[in-house]
Amino acid sequence: MGADGIGAAVRRKEDVRFLTGRGTYTDDISRHGQTHAYIVRSSQPHAAIKRIDTSKALAAPGVVAVFTGADMAADGVGGLPCGWLIKNKDGSPMKEPAHPPLVVDRVRHVGDQVAVVIAETKAQAKDAAELVEIDFEPLPAVVDSLDALKAAAPQVHGDAAPGNLCYDWELGDKAAVDAAFAKAHKVAKIDLFNNRLIPNAMEPRAATGDYDPASGDYTLYTTSQNPHVIRLLMGAFVLHIPESKLRVYAPDVGGGFGSKIYHYAEEAIVTWAAGKLKRPVRWTADRSESFMSDAHGRDHHSHAELALDKDGKFLALRVATVANMGAYLSTFASCIPTYLYATLLAGVYTTPAIYAEVKAVFTNTVPVDAYRGAGRPEATFLIERLVDIAAKEMGMDRVEIRRRNFIPTDAFPYQTPVALQYDSGDYFSTLEQAQKTADWTGFEARRAEAKKRGKLRGIGVSTYLEACGIAPSNIAGALGARAGLYEAATVRVHPTGSVTILTGSHSHGQGHETTFAQVVAETLGIGIDQIDVVHGDTNKIPFGMGTYGSRSLAVGGTAIVKALDKVVNKAKKIAAHLLEASVNDIEFKDGKFTVVGTDKSKTFGEIALTAYVPHNYPLEELEPGLEENAFYDPKNFTFPGGCHIAEVEIDPDTGVTKVVNFTAVDDVGRVINPMIVEGQVQGGVAQGIGQALLENCVYDKSGQLITGSYMDYAMPRADDLPSIGVATHVTLCTHNPLGVKGCGEVGAIGSPPAVINAVVDALKDHGVTHMDMPASPQKVWSVINGARRMAAE
Amino acid sequence: MPQVSMTVNGRPIKADVEGRTLLVQLLREKLGLTGTHVGCDTSQCGACVVHVDGKSAKSCTLLAAQLDGANITTIEGLAGADGKLHPMQEAFRDNHGLQCGFCTPGMVMSAVDLAKTNPNASEHEIREWLEGNICRCTGYHNIVKSIQAGAAAMQAAK
Repeated sequence: MGADGIGAAVRRKEDVRFLTGRGTYTDDISRHGQTHAYIVRSSQPHAAIKRIDTSKALAAPGVVAVFTGADMAADGVGGLPCGWLIKNKDGSPMKEPAHPPLVVDRVRHVGDQVAVVIAETKAQAKDAAELVEIDFEPLPAVVDSLDALKAAAPQVHGDAAPGNLCYDWELGDKAAVDAAFAKAHKVAKIDLFNNRLIPNAMEPRAATGDYDPASGDYTLYTTSQNPHVIRLLMGAFVLHIPESKLRVYAPDVGGGFGSKIYHYAEEAIVTWAAGKLKRPVRWTADRSESFMSDAHGRDHHSHAELALDKDGKFLALRVATVANMGAYLSTFASCIPTYLYATLLAGVYTTPAIYAEVKAVFTNTVPVDAYRGAGRPEATFLIERLVDIAAKEMGMDRVEIRRRNFIPTDAFPYQTPVALQYDSGDYFSTLEQAQKTADWTGFEARRAEAKKRGKLRGIGVSTYLEACGIAPSNIAGALGARAGLYEAATVRVHPTGSVTILTGSHSHGQGHETTFAQVVAETLGIGIDQIDVVHGDTNKIPFGMGTYGSRSLAVGGTAIVKALDKVVNKAKKIAAHLLEASVNDIEFKDGKFTVVGTDKSKTFGEIALTAYVPHNYPLEELEPGLEENAFYDPKNFTFPGGCHIAEVEIDPDTGVTKVVNFTAVDDVGRVINPMIVEGQVQGGVAQGIGQALLENCVYDKSGQLITGSYMDYAMPRADDLPSIGVATHVTLCTHNPLGVKGCGEVGAIGSPPAVINAVVDALKDHGVTHMDMPASPQKVWSVINGARRMAAE
Repeated sequence: MPQVSMTVNGRPIKADVEGRTLLVQLLREKLGLTGTHVGCDTSQCGACVVHVDGKSAKSCTLLAAQLDGANITTIEGLAGADGKLHPMQEAFRDNHGLQCGFCTPGMVMSAVDLAKTNPNASEHEIREWLEGNICRCTGYHNIVKSIQAGAAAMQAAK
């Protein structure tokens, strides 16, 4: 390993610009002649639009244009497409109601886009937006997905989705599961609601459209995790702009967590309007708009049952889930509660038979899509809560029942009954390491000590697994994916030996400019200061799929490795020529090409220069230059896993739960930069603790969003969280050359059940066997004091 | 339109502002100092923290017109003229106290004020001080570490 190669905790290359205020986020970019857009949004959860009068707004100072859905429809603008087709149990396709960027005659959630006002300044656009008159005829609204399935429920899309049903899907062997349940010794059951979350990347979404009438070229600057996907969807399906005429640039992006994967209405609106007005059109969300227009996460109702034999072995799992899609299908909404959820229901256990059915439902709420973890936290929470309940049911220790059902370390590759084949893992070791670090055996003494102080202390464990780098494309395609799932990279060696990497992955906090450079440094034997990583600009990078699902290193990093292999192979041929040796005798090590067994060598820089100044060069056999591309389509998912242990302390007088210790031991495969991995896990755990104790998106019965600002939505703050202890235990991924698995989501997946299991443990003397998230002070206090009251009576 | 004069990062400036223009709008839109960010509209997130006469303040909650004569420092003005990072910036870099970088300018400006006010702040005091700065990426663990290291480095540099 070089000083800054694989495994080194080097400081990040990107940090200096961020620390000195010189990052370039979308809203930092000004264009000559720019205008400012403000979106007029629905105040109504569900209403017919009788009339829109824009005349007063048009007459307001500084206003350049006001457009409505009718204007976009007249131009033939298409609806926002969904990227994954799910089929019903009977094989028929899911319902995909139209999703226009600006609505035409009906609004379906608070925040739905009704019109856009474009003016010389943002303040003028905002002022004029107040003058747009909309006649709403309110309609009954439905918020909860279970309510939406009732016979008399308001219909969100009428005949386009009868009964509000998007799809009714299943996975697994129902007959085998029923047979296993018939001979079960015990059955553990749970009903749970996985709470709705609002992602809240700190940078609000922003988009600027630009159009050059001379060339006919469009540019969209946008806060996106995957600019090529936006270019494809918006160009081909919404605005009908050839890709050669459309540049999408996602510069520095201030966090995503999934919420910036999707193609949003505002991107299409500003790009289309820039073409109409022949001027740049800028839009940046106020945080209030983010709350009501960024895709939300989770929102599952589930009922699950686990059949056990007399030894506590899991015989079968049966799960029924209703997933809230919100008012429209967001870009990848349909695949989250299906292929990223039900396929994970085996977890780390040998459960031989699993059957899941999932209904996806439309409601009058903001669309729901992937949020950090995406389906896998929902599966993990369900399994890990159910396993704790099963342990109680069986009178067994919570850890012992897990160990008894773990997939043995020598059983890999392991085929689950729900489609996935795990390549590697060692769940015993991560569990043991976490128990040791968390001093599991010393807990009862700490509980007793807390009790003396009047506090209720609990400990909870979660042993989990997830799937990253969704692939391969052909199998995903057969399951309904409407996109490829590969990644692309270009390695461009410059004449003096420095290197530019152009990657289809996108970095919005993950530190790719550093970790990717470390991978290159390791291979080429040059320092990371000689390596620059370019991402985000479709005019520079090869067609790539972007960053989501912890895929960047496993898929994007492998594409870089493949391109590096080609570079090294070509460089060896050049070296062989210069050194007058056979290419088979050339060895490349530590940045030097050497004729094996001799001291004859050439440096990487010398070879690079020769490639671009090919005077002494085998021109008949080899092209000049040293630049290579690779596309990599993975053979399988990667499967990170591990063990999280949370220790909580509850104040019975206030109901406030504090996480007092948190231990994460994760197997994320090979670690390129341990400092960055720790940071990723800590951030994920913080979001997981947020989901478990604080965060909750609340609508009232009428469909108004109650948690519409940071005054109402409980974002985790520094004093809500503990220090987060993170360690890794590595087993290598067997099917990518780096052996990496992914670390972006593990924290948010493993932690919520660990925290809730700890809360339930703390409250076990109060008759609590389950608590839905978030375990808010009100909920916890009510349980404790309800039990106290009952005891008094 | 009222005119205001102030010193921004050591440079005297004059600008015509609307009565409703916020300090952060003046900085970002008129002066091109886009390092100061806007992350919310309820004065909660702290991405916009700058120093006003040496004290940290949320620039989204101050009118430019009320700051005539004030001395403002933004994140762009924190490093030395030679580009040498401030010890707090260096500490954030050393301790991986930032990921996406969006909350970072506000975090660093807030942290510098804390280190001046309470050079030996405990972890608990640091976490309480950060009540008005939201980060979604780091879980605060490394921000706390950064501030401890940065405060120590600032003291050592005295």
